[in-house]
Amino acid sequence: MSESFVRTIHAPERMPPNAQIGMVRWARENLFSSWFNALLTIFSIVLLFLTLPPLLDWAIFSAVFSGEDGAACRVDGAGACWAFVEAKFGQFLFGRYPAEERWRVLLTLFLGVAGLAPLLIPSDFPKKWFVAYLLVPFPLLAFVFLSGGLFGLAAVETSDWGGLMVTLVVAVTGIAASLPLGVLLALGRQSDMPVVRILCVVFIEFWRGVPLITVLFMSSVMLPLFLPEGMSFDKLLRALIGVALFSSAYMAEVVRGGLAAVPAGQYEAAKALGLTYWQSMGRIVLPQALKTVIPGIVNNFIGLFKDTTLVLIIGLFDLLGIVQSNFTDPTWSSPQTATTGYVFAAFVFWIFCFGMSRYSVYMERRLDAGEQR
Amino acid sequence: MPSSPQPWNNPKLRAFAIQLAVLFVVGSFVWIIVDNTITNLQRQNIASGFGFLENPAGFGIALTLVDYTEQSSYGRALLVGFLNTLLVAVIGIFVATILGFTLGIARLSSNWLVAKIATVYIEVVRNVPLLLQLFFWYFAVLRALPLPRESLSLLEVAFLNNRGIYVPALLLEGNGLILGLSVLVGIVSAWLIGRYAKRRRLETGEIVKGVAFAPLLIFVVPVLAFLALDMGLKAEVPSLQGFGFKGGWSLIPEFVSLLLALSFYTAAFIAENVRSGILAVSKGQTEAARALGLKPTPILRLVIIPQALRVIIPPLTSQYLNLTKNSSLAVAIAYPDLVSVFSGTVLNQTGQAVEVIAITMTIYLSLSLFTSLVMNWYNRHMALVER
Repeated sequence: MSESFVRTIHAPERMPPNAQIGMVRWARENLFSSWFNALLTIFSIVLLFLTLPPLLDWAIFSAVFSGEDGAACRVDGAGACWAFVEAKFGQFLFGRYPAEERWRVLLTLFLGVAGLAPLLIPSDFPKKWFVAYLLVPFPLLAFVFLSGGLFGLAAVETSDWGGLMVTLVVAVTGIAASLPLGVLLALGRQSDMPVVRILCVVFIEFWRGVPLITVLFMSSVMLPLFLPEGMSFDKLLRALIGVALFSSAYMAEVVRGGLAAVPAGQYEAAKALGLTYWQSMGRIVLPQALKTVIPGIVNNFIGLFKDTTLVLIIGLFDLLGIVQSNFTDPTWSSPQTATTGYVFAAFVFWIFCFGMSRYSVYMERRLDAGEQR
Repeated sequence: MPSSPQPWNNPKLRAFAIQLAVLFVVGSFVWIIVDNTITNLQRQNIASGFGFLENPAGFGIALTLVDYTEQSSYGRALLVGFLNTLLVAVIGIFVATILGFTLGIARLSSNWLVAKIATVYIEVVRNVPLLLQLFFWYFAVLRALPLPRESLSLLEVAFLNNRGIYVPALLLEGNGLILGLSVLVGIVSAWLIGRYAKRRRLETGEIVKGVAFAPLLIFVVPVLAFLALDMGLKAEVPSLQGFGFKGGWSLIPEFVSLLLALSFYTAAFIAENVRSGILAVSKGQTEAARALGLKPTPILRLVIIPQALRVIIPPLTSQYLNLTKNSSLAVAIAYPDLVSVFSGTVLNQTGQAVEVIAITMTIYLSLSLFTSLVMNWYNRHMALVER
C-alpha cells in the first residue's frame, strides 16, 4: 500500500515577481516597453537633465527676490530678477492709472466678476438677471468708473490706462461684442436672402483673410479719415472697434459650424409649430448650436485674449507693452531684467488662457452628459 | 371666407423689402465713409491714386531677395517686402509641420515621459501670446548674444553673435544648371521606377526588389553628375572684418527670431490637430489591420495615416494661413516683411494710408483665398478615395 501525501495547509502566498509590481512594472510598461521606447526615454531624461536644473536655478535658486533697485540683479551669475517685477507690480496691473484712483479699477473688476461668476458655476439659479446686468448696467458702470469725469470722479484719460487692465478691457470688450455680432453674421450667412447672405460672406471672408495687425493699422490710420471733420475717436476705442470686427468674423465661422450640426428636422419642427424666424432661432436652433461649439467659442476667446498684445504695436500699453516699456528704466537695467519681465508676462497670460481652456473642457463634459450612455 | 393675406405677411414681398432696406443701410453707410474720406483727404492735402508706387523709395532694406537699392521705387519695396513675407512663411510652415507632427505623435506615445514632455510643451506654448514669444526670442535671446568680436563660434567656421548667424557658404564651381537638371532627372526616374513597381505588384503580386531605395536616386544622380563633370565645391568661411563678419551665408537675427517664434508657436497647434486626427481613426481599424497580419509600421503608413490625414488637412490649412498672417508681427521687431516695409515705412513716408492699407490687405486676402482654393481642391481629391 503506497503512502500518499496530501498537503492540508496552504503554502504561504509569495510576492509576485519584482518585475510585475510597483514602480518596476510601471517603468517596464511605460518607459521601456521596446528598445525604441527605451531609447526615447533615455533621450528624454538627458533632455530634462540638460534643461531643468539650469531653469530651476535661474528661476529660484539664483534668483533675486528683493532689492531696492537693479544693483541687486547686476551681480554676476544672478538669475531671474523678481525684485523688478515686485517693484513694478502696480504698473504692470494698472499702467499709469493714478495710484489713488486704482480702487475704481478693482471695483469694476469686482462688479464684473460678481456678475460673471454665477453664470460660470453650473446651478439652477435663474441666470437671465445676471446676463441682463452684464449686458447693460455693467458696461455703463465700468465706463463711468474707469474713465471718470462724472459724479465727482476724477477723469482718467485712456492714454493713462495700461497693463493688465488694458489687456482685460480689450479682451472683454472684444469677447462681448464678437459673440452677438458673430451669431448675427452666422445666421445671415445661411439666410435665404441673397443680398444678406452675400454681404455676410464678404464681411466674414474679408476679416478672416487679413492679419489683425493690418486691421489695427487700419483702425488707427484710416478710421480718422472715415469720420466727418472735427469728430475723432479715442485711440483705445479705435483699437476696440478693430478687434471687435475682426473677432466677430472668426466667431461667425465657429457658430456656423454649430448651426450646420443642428439636424434639419429641428428647423422644420420649429416652423411646423408656427414659430417665427427669431423665435425658432432663439429658442430651438441657437441653444443647440451654441452648445455644440462651446470649445470653439472658448478657443476664439483664448485667441482673442492673446491677440490683445498686438495693440502695443499701435502704441497702447497692454500688459506686454508696459512690461517692455519698463526695460528702459535705467534703475532696473540688468542682464536678466528683460527675460524676467517676459517670463512674468508669459506666466500671467498663460494662467488666463490655460484657465479658460480647462473651463471649456469641463463645460464640454458637463453639457455632453446627455449624449453619453 | 378667408381674408386675403396682408402684404407684409407675404414672405417674398417681405424678403424683398428687408433686402432693400439692408442694401440701403449698408450702401448709405459706405457712401458716408467714402464721402468723408474724400473730404478729409482733400482737406489734409494728401495725394491719392497709385502713382506713388513709381516714386523712388529712398530707404534701405536689411534683407532683399531681389535687387533693391535706395533708388528703387516704392513698388519694388513692396515686392521685396512681399517676398520676405513669403520666405519666412514658407520656411516656417516647413519647420512647423515637421515639429508639429513629431509633437502630436509624441503626445500619443505609449512612452509616459515622452507624452508628458510633449503635453507640457504644447500647453505652455499654445497659451502664451505669439508676440510675447517673438519678443522673447528677439530681445531676450538673440539680441543678448555677444558682440561680433566675442562671437560664439562652432569650430571657428560658424559664428553666432547679436548681428546674426554666420555659416560657411558652399560655392559651386561648375555649371549649376546641369546640377539642377540632374536633380530633376533623379526625381523623375525615382517616380517612374515607383510607378512601374506598383503596377507590377498590382498585376503579378511580386514585389520588385530594392524599389524602396528608388528615392535615393534623387541624391545619387546629382552626385554622379557632380563627380562625372568634375565640378568642385568651395567653402567660404565667414571672417571678422572691422565691426562685422564678411563672407559666408548669414541670417539676420530678426529673421531667425521670427522663424523660431512662428514655427514653435504654430507647431503646438499643428500637434493638437495631428493628435485629434489620429484619435479620430477608430481603434477597430488598427485591430483589423493587425488581424490581417500587418506589422506596426505598415499599419501606421497604410491604414492610420491616410485616414487621419483626411481629418488633419482642413485644420492644418488654417494653421498654415494663420502662420502666414501671423508673420505680419514682424513689424514689431523690424523684420522687413510686407507690413513692416509697406504699411510701416512706405505709409509713413507717403501718408497715403488708404492706398497702402488697401494694397496690403488685398495681398493677404489673395494669399488666403488662393490657399483655400488649393486646399479645397486637395480635399476633394482626398475625398474621392472614400467609397
